[in-house]
Amino acid sequence: MGLKTPLHDKHLEAGARIVDFGGWDMPVNYGSQKEEHHAVRLKAGVFDVSHMTIVDIAGDRARDFLQHLLANDVGRVNTPGKAIYTCMLNDDGGVIDDLIVYFFTDSSYRLVVNAATREKDLAWIRKQAEVFDVRVGERAELAMLAVQGPEARALAAPVIDEGWREQALALKPFTAMHAGDLFVARTGYTGEDGWEIVMPAADAPRVWDRLLAAGVTPCGLGARDTLRLEAAMNLYGSDMDETITPLEAGLGWTVAWEPADRDFIGRAALERQRVEPTQRFVGLLLEDKGVLRAHQRVVVEGLGDGEITSGGFSPTIERSIALARVPAGDYDRASVDIRGKLLDVRIVGTPFVRNGEIRIDV
Amino acid sequence: MSELPGDLQYTKEHEWLRREDDGSVTIGITDHAQSALGDLVYVELPEVGQDVELDGEMAVVESVKAASDVYAPVAGTIVAVNEGLADDPEIINSDPYGEGWIVRMKTSADGEGLMSPEEYQALLDELDA
Repeated sequence: MGLKTPLHDKHLEAGARIVDFGGWDMPVNYGSQKEEHHAVRLKAGVFDVSHMTIVDIAGDRARDFLQHLLANDVGRVNTPGKAIYTCMLNDDGGVIDDLIVYFFTDSSYRLVVNAATREKDLAWIRKQAEVFDVRVGERAELAMLAVQGPEARALAAPVIDEGWREQALALKPFTAMHAGDLFVARTGYTGEDGWEIVMPAADAPRVWDRLLAAGVTPCGLGARDTLRLEAAMNLYGSDMDETITPLEAGLGWTVAWEPADRDFIGRAALERQRVEPTQRFVGLLLEDKGVLRAHQRVVVEGLGDGEITSGGFSPTIERSIALARVPAGDYDRASVDIRGKLLDVRIVGTPFVRNGEIRIDV
Repeated sequence: MSELPGDLQYTKEHEWLRREDDGSVTIGITDHAQSALGDLVYVELPEVGQDVELDGEMAVVESVKAASDVYAPVAGTIVAVNEGLADDPEIINSDPYGEGWIVRMKTSADGEGLMSPEEYQALLDELDA
């Protein structure tokens, strides 16, 4: 059996189907993945994301350290609680992980990294931290819930102490605050409004119960994946890994080139690639029936082949969509090899869906 | 866990087979299979008239989660496919042993190696353990 979050018993109580995810026993759904997906688009759902790794960085040179460690620039955030999304790269510009970093003070930051990459991330961060003399503290004693959907904040607000509630409801997107024992961030991985709430593990079952009683739907990793795919949010290990740079994964916008003298790990490799991109990272819509899946071949006439990095059925659009790495060039149609048959796909702008609305022409 | 229909035969790949009065066989996937796959979103069906080999890939069922091959439990010729699945693949989720059938075949095979309900139940118990 794998690692269990503090909410494991609650998942079983709610009828979860449990799967292994990066060594953790996690709910993949509680019955119907599609119903969970729609609950988040239309009302509110809650995901247990306690398996994710929270790392606090502290020390006089914390900011210098993160400006070296991360491809996005923490120097751009000066408001306490402000968050940025970034990649952590190796020397070749490959993505070791993607993460969110929260700014508290110049000497104190919080990182939230992926569960499946925990060990290599911690080893890398600790190794790079040595010369900066900062403390790298994993916060394994904390649990985290993501409450997502148009009604998520309203339904979840009662779990925040009254003294903090108003301020929490006023948080702008991609900002966070401490609210007593809770840490509340207006972030997520679904393309909907909502919060991610960090709390002591012992409090998690009570918060979970209150959310469910308020009408929030428990949602598993299955719905989390279809929601993030519709929102065109990258998944580490599928859309990018250590052999892929952010520029090859549609994440060029997360790389801070200025100031030009900021020496972040992987910069030199990215600078070389920036001059002449050979690939595009795009959204695909399948014109026919069928399901696009990761690793299927994308055929672009005259230009060569690409590959789907994430694909699936979009419950909101009721068609299949995908993210794919394809040859550079100006074209808006291609085909995908599904079990030997070439099916037509259209290249579309992303996200596919955001805030409950379909954003592409179907 | 619901009770397995007693008039069907089963495979270890979680297909079921029913012998019809006219000598044909109807084939689908079991309740265990649909439940493991989750909400179905697409079914790729064979052509009527197509010959299939024993254990050959005969159809593909795709859920929100994964694609899974459906293997022929006996060799034979496809005589009908469930057209209703094209627009509503979730029939397999709601009624795997009835309206959610996948294909009908003519076969001369005696179905050697197929499992009885009791044998299949034992396999499921083993998977649950």
